[in-house]
Amino acid sequence: MLHTLSVGELARRLAAREISSVELARHFLARIERLNPSLNAVITLTADQALEAARAADRRLAAGERGRLLGIPLIHKDIFCTEGVRTSCGSRMLDNFISPYDATIVAKLKGAGTVMLGKSNMDEFAMGSSNETSYYGPVRNPWDTTKVPGGSSGGSSAASAARLAPFTTGTDTGGSIRQPAALTGVTGVKPTYGRVSRYGMIAFASSLDQAGVLARSAEDAAVVLEVMAGFDPKDSTSVDTPVPDYSAALDAPLKGLKIGILREFFDGLESRNAALIRDALEVYTAMGAETIEVSLPHLPLSVPTYYVVAPAECSSNLSRFDGVRYGYRCDQPKDLLDLYERSRGEGFGPEVKRRIMTGTYVLSAGYFDAYYLKAQKVRRLITDDFRKAFEKVDLLVGPTTPTPAFAIGAKVDDPVTMYLNDIYTIGANLAGLPGISAPCGFVDELPVGMQLIGPHFSEARLLSAAHHYQRATDWHRKTPGGYQ
Amino acid sequence: MSLTRKDVEKIARLARLSITEAEMPVYVTSLSSIVDFVDELSRVETHSVEPMAHPLEGQRQRLRADVVTETDHRENYQANAPRVQAGLYVVPRVIE
Repeated sequence: MLHTLSVGELARRLAAREISSVELARHFLARIERLNPSLNAVITLTADQALEAARAADRRLAAGERGRLLGIPLIHKDIFCTEGVRTSCGSRMLDNFISPYDATIVAKLKGAGTVMLGKSNMDEFAMGSSNETSYYGPVRNPWDTTKVPGGSSGGSSAASAARLAPFTTGTDTGGSIRQPAALTGVTGVKPTYGRVSRYGMIAFASSLDQAGVLARSAEDAAVVLEVMAGFDPKDSTSVDTPVPDYSAALDAPLKGLKIGILREFFDGLESRNAALIRDALEVYTAMGAETIEVSLPHLPLSVPTYYVVAPAECSSNLSRFDGVRYGYRCDQPKDLLDLYERSRGEGFGPEVKRRIMTGTYVLSAGYFDAYYLKAQKVRRLITDDFRKAFEKVDLLVGPTTPTPAFAIGAKVDDPVTMYLNDIYTIGANLAGLPGISAPCGFVDELPVGMQLIGPHFSEARLLSAAHHYQRATDWHRKTPGGYQ
Repeated sequence: MSLTRKDVEKIARLARLSITEAEMPVYVTSLSSIVDFVDELSRVETHSVEPMAHPLEGQRQRLRADVVTETDHRENYQANAPRVQAGLYVVPRVIE
């Protein structure tokens, strides 16, 4: 069936004219119509535009053009500006916002001939780890619809897991691609900071945000990342370094690979999750990799560091939402202050307001040195720990999350409990490092992910390591019942 | 070191966020708990450590030639505006 095929196989059949892009789009649109109500993963459907794009792709294919993503459908996380299509960022603040332009990654994927089926649900302004803060309601995990899919790219991860599209895009600021990928059993890739353009990606925390992909395999993710990555003059933090051929690098020999096992990762980890990670490490050693224990002593500070830095940056980034030029405006503002306060007070949800206020506090006069400057120093200590570890090993392997998916509503009362879900993923964002989560088993019939983290710009090696694991195992091929 | 209601009111005013009477105690509690949580950082020795604003060292702000590369997109961009008049954004009176 079409939705069980890899991106590579779909591209082959499209190129051989065995199937058409229109047929493929119709197939996935029908799946979304049938299956999305139980998940709430897709919040904007772009059926007409999808069919138009599919027809255009078919014309290009008929003219003899070939491309790894030509004619392939996708769903974009609703944080990416898409021209002419609502871009809500999961918020009431942008419920009425029709983007006048395409984000760079949207334009690149469009140019490669992809077909956008719709926009996926997400935690509001990318702030959350469970997709429960969305203005459009929570997303449900296809493996158990009483459970969360993770966040903030919950809609994208649920959609990839339920095969509503061959792949989806996401963003990761503190784990928002890797954590939902782990909870829904898909392969999520967060690239190195600066690898993928942030132009047109609604900003949350500018020194942490990165765009990436949630796919069914490292092999599929490699194809997508090749197109997404690359220098963009419109993003001042974009790095001008060539994009490797990630697909060609997948089969690079694994033997001799030095894998670091982080002592701090296993402290306090649920024992059955830990057992699956240890099993995964055995798969690697059986393939000829070497494991070395390493320590990142400052890593436990990554969550408090992040919860100073990210809110600070978000308080600045979200100050643009003022009810003046776009987005939600309150009814009958009595003066300018009322316009600002009520547009923002009514337009933003509680978690967003909490983070804006936390950020405002840590940046305010009298507190800046104690909090923000202090956090930036601890950030350097954490980054230095990673750098020293990578002098001894090629990459780190460990868990992505402390537990499998939790119940919807279980953690909404205490923000700090929710924040601790990101304990394994945040370090990579602070240090700007690339990370992948790949499925490595099940606990209580819920997916568990293993995380691979590498030095800056080591995506090729990370994808290859994940690929080798996926050739030796089949966790990534499992699909939830009801979505097969 | 918990936050008081007055602290939260001041922060909300700085952040230009209206908080209703009913919401206020919830925010006082949750913000206090977050601030207590991040206070752990104060116990870390960072005397000779340089702050890090950005994960990639050595990046410099790129400059470009001072030539016009964009065309006027005003109408397109203002299509999302709540209130516009003669190409200007309309807001409540600012100057008395």
